Amino acid sequence: MGSTITQKILARAAGRDEVGAGEIVTCKVDLAMANDVTAPSAADAFRRMGVPDVWDRSKIALVASHFVPAKDIATAKLMTRMRQFAMEYDIEHFFEVGRGGIEHILLPEEALTLPGQVVIGADSHSCTYGALGCFSTGVGSTDLAAVWATGEIWLKVPETMKIVYTGVPGDWVMGKDLILSVIGRIGDDGASYMAMEHTGEGIRHLSMDSRLTLTNMAIEAGAKSGIVPPDETTLDYVRTRQEIMGRPNDFEVLASDDDAHFARVIEVDLNDVEPMIAQPSLPSLSIPVSTVERRKVDQVFIGSCTNARIEDLRMAAHVLGDDRIAPGVRLMVIPATQRVWKQANDEGLLQRFADAGASVSTPTCGACLGAHMGVVGPGEVCVSTSNRNYVGRMGDPTAQVYLANPAVAMAAAVVGEIVHPDEVRNAPTSLDPAVTA
Amino acid sequence: MGRAFRYGDNVDTDVVIPARYLTTTDEKELAAHALEDLDATFVERVSVGDIVVAGKNFGCGSSREHAPIAIRGTGVAGVVASSFARIFFRNAINTGLPIIECPEAVAGISEGDEVTIDAEAGIVRNETTGEEFKGEHLPEFVMDIVRAGGLVEWVKSKGAS
Ligand code: SF4
Repeated sequence: MGSTITQKILARAAGRDEVGAGEIVTCKVDLAMANDVTAPSAADAFRRMGVPDVWDRSKIALVASHFVPAKDIATAKLMTRMRQFAMEYDIEHFFEVGRGGIEHILLPEEALTLPGQVVIGADSHSCTYGALGCFSTGVGSTDLAAVWATGEIWLKVPETMKIVYTGVPGDWVMGKDLILSVIGRIGDDGASYMAMEHTGEGIRHLSMDSRLTLTNMAIEAGAKSGIVPPDETTLDYVRTRQEIMGRPNDFEVLASDDDAHFARVIEVDLNDVEPMIAQPSLPSLSIPVSTVERRKVDQVFIGSCTNARIEDLRMAAHVLGDDRIAPGVRLMVIPATQRVWKQANDEGLLQRFADAGASVSTPTCGACLGAHMGVVGPGEVCVSTSNRNYVGRMGDPTAQVYLANPAVAMAAAVVGEIVHPDEVRNAPTSLDPAVTA
Repeated sequence: MGRAFRYGDNVDTDVVIPARYLTTTDEKELAAHALEDLDATFVERVSVGDIVVAGKNFGCGSSREHAPIAIRGTGVAGVVASSFARIFFRNAINTGLPIIECPEAVAGISEGDEVTIDAEAGIVRNETTGEEFKGEHLPEFVMDIVRAGGLVEWVKSKGAS
């Protein structure tokens, strides 16, 4: 029997010809990432392990993303602990505030995550990197510390759920709508412990930005990883990033065999997918926006590792047009990385948002996890482009959070209610900057 | 032996320990807010040796190790659930919070029942009803980490060998 792309990557990393689903294997790691929330504990655990040095200072990434810029003294101390560790062990890829952004968008931009690699991150959304055709998964701080110490990790080879897309996405449909509709179908633990492999002809119509959204939310279905086997879009993106960053490292392009075993196969006809919205308080409570109850909103958040790349901001700007944010609504726009921020600035998008009455901030996770820069109050209704609407996720436990793509989110900001973006604007024919700027 | 605190499916790490408390890594400070957004009175009511019993997908969501540490810090003897989200599962093993996956036990335990667990053997006893349940066995490789006393000790012992 053949192997899935995930089995092939793990076999290579385990020094084996092939590996079977369910086997526990020890894999060599290509990149081990932590952020300001998880790195301090990982650093403590690493020191307790008593090894003299990290296994490879060029394969560790430390990213200031969650509580940055520091929101209080306690979080300033967390950053200090991460910074000290970076200095002490001379970590090559340490991203200080103002020079990085949210890790899951940053590391692909930096060409530090490549097809065929094994990437381990101390953050649950580390599954995002799978959009490039690598195996990537999230772990806790102690697991990560063990990788820093040994360069290896034990993993149970996952079964794969294959999602086959056909057709062409319609108006307003982005990666977010695909993954929300899949999670709506299979449930919040529908892909538990599995790799979600997104494949089929329909995937060709998805930009790299949209694919990163697709794999970002694998964890919201309980999956271990998400993966899109590389095609021309992937290779164009990876080579461009490598050239810009001056990091021409080799990588491996793999695909699942035709006779590989898949635990489950789901088919999605993109022609049938509408813009979706996940209702409070689970991602699986997703329904087409056209069927959701119209509701007044207090806050709209366009940000996070799910939807704050340039495509997302262009889409939001398109829906905004020359309108202003509705009275009584707060709009927070937080570009995912410094690079996205600068590009959005060059394209005039940030100015447009600010002119319309939005709060536009420096890259940070911020409001996504109810940390700062847009915490929601009791009973408030928020539409967010992030990935989790769990009780208390964005602030008060009685707040009601809806998840949607940036077009739906901006439509809510303009109208002041949850509406279909058709009510505000015609769908864009392209998200090319020349059209939207 | 301890009392059972019963909860439902999809108990996520945001309710186990909300992000607003991730500004610390101290076990006692974290424990003071364990399960706060799910059950505001849990911390007041729980005593050492009690058991958390929940449905499927326990610990879904974020990779924060603060979650098992917060629960362990309350003195809870362990968590019995129908299933665990995978990152929480690893974090619990690595940080020494005993966990047992056993849907039958979850079905056979009511709020307040007296329960004993043996995590290494995977056994759950409902002392109130006298029923005994056998949970999923942990893979041998994972048991090695448990026996070593957690991942830190396991790496240490490997370094020495
Ligand atoms: S943006 Fe939100 S989901 Fe993404 S890494 Fe930050 S806190 Fe996690």
